[in-house]
Amino acid sequence: MNFRFFMSEAIRTLRRNSAPSFAALMTVMITTIVLGVFIPVTDATTGAANEIRGRLLVDVYLKDDATQAELTALRRKLEQNPDVKTVEYISKDEAKASLKGALKDAAETLGKENPLPASYRVTPRDPAEVGKIVDALESIENGKTTYVSPAIDDVKNREDETDKILSITGGVKYAMWGLAILLVLTSTLLVGNTIRLSIYARRREVEVMRMVGATAWFIRWPFVIEGVFVGAAGGVIAILLLLIAKQTIVDPLSESFALFAAPETIGFLPLAILLLVSAMGISAAGSGFTLRRFLKL
Amino acid sequence: MHASSAEHLSEYGSAVVEFDDVTKVYDDGTVGLENATTNIRRGEFVFLVGPTGCGKSTFIRVLMKEFEATRGHIFIAGRDITRLKPDRVPFLRRNIGAVFQDFKLLPNRTVYDNVAYSLLVTGASRSEIREKVPHILRLVGLSTKLHNYPDQLSGGEQQRVSVARAFVNHPPLLICDEPTGNLDPETSLGIMQLIYRINRTGTTVIVATHDQGMVDRMRRRVIELRDGHIVRDEQAAGYTSEFSAVDAQ
Ligand SMILES: Nc1ncnc2c1ncn2[C@@H]1O[C@H](COP(=O)(O)OP(=O)(O)OP(=O)(O)O)[C@@H](O)[C@H]1O
Ligand SMILES: [Mg+2]
Repeated sequence: MNFRFFMSEAIRTLRRNSAPSFAALMTVMITTIVLGVFIPVTDATTGAANEIRGRLLVDVYLKDDATQAELTALRRKLEQNPDVKTVEYISKDEAKASLKGALKDAAETLGKENPLPASYRVTPRDPAEVGKIVDALESIENGKTTYVSPAIDDVKNREDETDKILSITGGVKYAMWGLAILLVLTSTLLVGNTIRLSIYARRREVEVMRMVGATAWFIRWPFVIEGVFVGAAGGVIAILLLLIAKQTIVDPLSESFALFAAPETIGFLPLAILLLVSAMGISAAGSGFTLRRFLKL
Repeated sequence: MHASSAEHLSEYGSAVVEFDDVTKVYDDGTVGLENATTNIRRGEFVFLVGPTGCGKSTFIRVLMKEFEATRGHIFIAGRDITRLKPDRVPFLRRNIGAVFQDFKLLPNRTVYDNVAYSLLVTGASRSEIREKVPHILRLVGLSTKLHNYPDQLSGGEQQRVSVARAFVNHPPLLICDEPTGNLDPETSLGIMQLIYRINRTGTTVIVATHDQGMVDRMRRRVIELRDGHIVRDEQAAGYTSEFSAVDAQ
């Protein structure tokens, strides 16, 4: 009975207050769409960035004529370095085999030749400490590099490039977070404003309800329902639009480009639930704040 | 409970409303009511009079707990309402019918729905509403206008709707702030007769008014305020023939 009353009151105000309700609904919808694109994209870039970080290695290339004693000494030195997590020996044959795996044609042109050096593949304990491992192995004087062991031919890491990749993805991520926070704030305020306008539109009803002794919650419910409706409707429409976009644009693309499918991202159902919860949370926050502030009971 | 209230109760019989040294100072420092002490007994009809700004509405609004009294205590049926928890205030108001100068009707609802609304929002069942609303509207003489909207009614008829709304639950206390302030003398008389009839059913009635003619005519108890102070509290004796005639009707 009461539920019927609350619903009919909420619908009545939504109708009387339709322009601001519609504006709030649209902002919630846009915010939800942005979040719906943003969450899987950050998820994917974070995955990619982590993968790159995980691949941060130091390759210590060895001279073909290094003695077994020199190699053992170098290996011990590496393993005793506290920044080093693992040291893996890659023989000349293994190097050629892995080249074959990656670039079949190039490997074939080599025939029986094997110009590839053996190497120690060093995995750092912390990807940020790659530089320290390299510094411990080489010293540069007058532009000439000298190595701690005569067995070392060259030391390589891909730190420079990976740093760039990490800082770009980081920058994009912060910008998107900023945009998302801004949008969430805007829609919270707009929902709040809608509720404020409906409090104004229903001020006579509120006055009469207070006068005849309606309880505070009885007076609040229609506004709460209105806020929840705006949030839920905005969220549901956004999720439907995202679903359509996914099925018509993203899914066909991901079939032809492995890139899209590669990183592990959030599934659509948990994403939809998360988005709906956020949309309703946004409107609950907006209307809650406004009711507290403007509906003095 | 307050010590003196028990005394007063025994002294005056059953006090419905008791003001014990009540002061209301508004946020801006204006004194609305100062050291007001009075007692209103069950079934009384009391006029609250005085020049504009003397504190009549303040008296009524602290009584309805629209805001807190700054000092003092107010008892309704022996209960100190200044100590009432906020979530109990609605239940206090359900026992007080209120009528105002500006009617406070909902313009987009019919006469029937305006009265039904106040029952609905206090949790009445549909069958209760179906039973009570036509009955009270017949009592105030509006049974032919159930489906009219407020703007299709005269001022007097609108005030009858608001009296019907205030009395539909038969509260023990009816408070009217300038109920005839917007009405011509003839219509005012009709409204006062209606309020008087309600008083005759045993309901305690407090009416704030500027209408000195009406006060003189009805010869009821008068509490006069001036600058927030109670300056006169007189019990008039006897009925006027005019209102005896109403009784006889
Ligand atoms: N909300 C308020 N804030 C500040 N001062 C107020 C407020 N309401 C009333 N007052 C002041 O309190 C005093 C008493 O006002 P009140 O409304 O009780 O008078 P009244 O007797 O009802 O007058 P009237 O006959 O014109 O209705 C006046 O000086 C008024 O200006
Ligand atoms: Mg007044």
